[in-house]
Amino acid sequence: MTKQFLFDGQPVEFEDGQTILEAARAAGHYIPHLCWHPDFPPHGSCKLCIVKAGGRHVSSCALPAREGMEVESNTPEMNAERRALLQMLFVEGNHFCPSCEKSGNCQLQALAYELEMATARFNHFFPDRPVDASHPDVLLDFNRCIFCELCVRASRDVDGKSVFALTDRGIHKHLVVNAESGRLGDTDFSVDDRAANICPVGVILRKRVGFALPIGSRKYDGAAISVVAMKEGE
Amino acid sequence: MPEVDPVVQQVVARHGGDPSHLLQILIEVQEVFGYLPAPSLTAVARELAVPRSRVEGVAGFYSFLYPAPIGRYRILFSDNITDQMLGSRALLEALCRKLWVEPGKPSEDGLVSIDTTSCTGLCDQGPAVLVNGRAITRLDYRRVNEIAELVRKAVPLDRWPAAFFQIEDNVRRRDALLGPTFQPGSALAAALKLGPAGWLEQMRLSGLRGRGGAGFTTHVKWKSCRDAAGPDKVVVCNADEGEPGTFKDRVLLASHAERVFEGMALAAYATGARTGLVYLRGEYRFLLEPLRALLDRMRGDGLLGRSILGEKGFDFDIDIHLGAGAYVCGEETALLESLEGKRGTPRIRPPFPVTRGYLGRPTVVNNVETLAKTTLISLGGGAAFAATGTAQSTGTKLLSISGDCALPGIYEYPFGVTIERVLEDCGAGDAQLVQVGGASGVTIAGYEFQRRIAFEDVPTAGAFMVFDSGRDPFDIARNFVHFFAHESCGFCTPCRVGTALLKGYMDKLALGRGAKVDLADIEWVDRLLRNASHCGLGSSAANPVVDTLIKFRPSYERRLKSLEFEPAFDLDAALADARRITGRDDPAAHLDGGRGR
Repeated sequence: MTKQFLFDGQPVEFEDGQTILEAARAAGHYIPHLCWHPDFPPHGSCKLCIVKAGGRHVSSCALPAREGMEVESNTPEMNAERRALLQMLFVEGNHFCPSCEKSGNCQLQALAYELEMATARFNHFFPDRPVDASHPDVLLDFNRCIFCELCVRASRDVDGKSVFALTDRGIHKHLVVNAESGRLGDTDFSVDDRAANICPVGVILRKRVGFALPIGSRKYDGAAISVVAMKEGE
Repeated sequence: MPEVDPVVQQVVARHGGDPSHLLQILIEVQEVFGYLPAPSLTAVARELAVPRSRVEGVAGFYSFLYPAPIGRYRILFSDNITDQMLGSRALLEALCRKLWVEPGKPSEDGLVSIDTTSCTGLCDQGPAVLVNGRAITRLDYRRVNEIAELVRKAVPLDRWPAAFFQIEDNVRRRDALLGPTFQPGSALAAALKLGPAGWLEQMRLSGLRGRGGAGFTTHVKWKSCRDAAGPDKVVVCNADEGEPGTFKDRVLLASHAERVFEGMALAAYATGARTGLVYLRGEYRFLLEPLRALLDRMRGDGLLGRSILGEKGFDFDIDIHLGAGAYVCGEETALLESLEGKRGTPRIRPPFPVTRGYLGRPTVVNNVETLAKTTLISLGGGAAFAATGTAQSTGTKLLSISGDCALPGIYEYPFGVTIERVLEDCGAGDAQLVQVGGASGVTIAGYEFQRRIAFEDVPTAGAFMVFDSGRDPFDIARNFVHFFAHESCGFCTPCRVGTALLKGYMDKLALGRGAKVDLADIEWVDRLLRNASHCGLGSSAANPVVDTLIKFRPSYERRLKSLEFEPAFDLDAALADARRITGRDDPAAHLDGGRGR
């Protein structure tokens, strides 16, 4: 007999070891997420995927589903908390969507639309994060980093290069590259690396292809992220 | 400065080229150079054959590692609220003036740097400072003058007056643990007579719960570890006593360490572990040599090593790792990461350490006091242990008492003691509130002093800070908020951003610029912290604010500029230009429909 739990009141089947998020997706239910990616183990840092399971807040990307669990996800309460998490991500970095090359292809922006985030609510931090244009093919704009560590994980676990890592801690945490000079151009990073093509926001950008696809025809311009993500399996 | 490469090679060789010793290696490299020059990180990465980015990530995580040049004398003032109440901030300013430096900036000649650090665990004899990692207690203006003089003359730390470094135990009340003298080996001998299963049964009968704050039942942890698959199990002693206002583990390690280490061996006997690790907070660096010497003595006495007390197959030994200034490493999975030489970021649970802990091996992580208590259970039996305290909180608890009281220090009470009784004993006649359990604990107001210290009422890892009627609850909460913002590891969004936001709101209120809407925002951020954080640091970071907002709201409200919403600017007036350009001034061209005119 297959096992089931209740997702927003609807029965969802799961296999042992599947997380709440995986099982919900397999059953066609989208849960917002930023640091989770189908090709990587759960990370659990962005907390956008929080749900209530049996009345307790949990990260749905990391918690294995259990028989009979009652999960609340697409509720006003959970979406209000997710919206606040997005607002936190927006104010801690420098996110100027109208001038960003990633606009329309950006998961952070798309989720802000999805969750109807109308203002940033909190005071902006305006951190000073210089860009790194030292690499011939790739530009790093740290202003937009949300610390999902997908580039860190992809470079370490797929490319075998560990080009990226996080240093410092708390609100001062930031991305560094694998070079004493601190410059991407002095690493063995390549535009073909998995890590070069995984950033959900606009930190890691290819040079010389900016705005090739006009704003208006981009990934999340025609449909909401909740639709695109399920269709494209991310 | 010595050449980088030979130094690094030597240190790495001392650690057998083991990348899991990365943090220990960086600490030792820094001891040579005073800080961690960029080429030293490159060299460490090369010698360990790990990516440089990983080394830089670790070097940047810990407060006591310095990737940028710092003064040859690094003076860090303990910044806990209790130190501040004893005048630490004025003393810091005085020392800065004397030495012509700004806080947080090394002097131009590189001689000295002065800054603050999180609670150093010397609240009963503060204000305290760390000078190049060594603790100096009972700071006053005279001592500040002497320190300024010694620094100016560049006198080596070893030649500073010994009285500076004197650290007292200040034990004020002794009960089951601190009272009797302990015969090393006796607890192990008693457990060996019972056999591993019999000994674990006594642990079950004792009902002992973890003294680190969470209160998890110890025998369940031990049993799960014993039953977990995996040959090489590990016992870890969590001596990362970072909770502000807590210092009982320091006293246990200074004067009762044989009980703590024997407790680790008792845990090993019950679980089958062969490896023991102590994670000693960097602030307690001064305990490292005495503890290592004690381990040597225990090996000599057959209490550690192969065939302990002649029992064939009972092999267990203990190594000590140093922390480097990161409160979050007191969280057991962050501690394990740190022990593995990584950034101290809490892991996803499950799996729990008892099944997958240190290097993936089944691991028991116990607090210093918990381990010391197991020697009592072995000697007197589980039932006798459970006879004191309350039904759900058996045995005694060490309290670290500081703040506004006549007799700060260590007090051992059976669980269930009322806060009132404790206040009476420590000579706190004018207590307005007590912070029990440190920054992450509970704020207890006067009308609650009948409550009891116990897991089922007021739980605590041991901190008990007293504040008299002259203290402002808002200032206390603000100090704790600054602490959490400084100590957040930054892994998850709510804690990384939420603690920084909270700090901003509390600072705004402190400047008298707050409005009622800020209180609403504070409550909203608190909710996110509690609900969405990855670990206990984030979810308890809101506690001091939540508690003081409920119990001492006037302390916040009198700092507000207005009790109503105060926008920073007049939105309707800002539209005047638009009205002029469009030639409109009808009611519909005003935000309030013209009613305000």
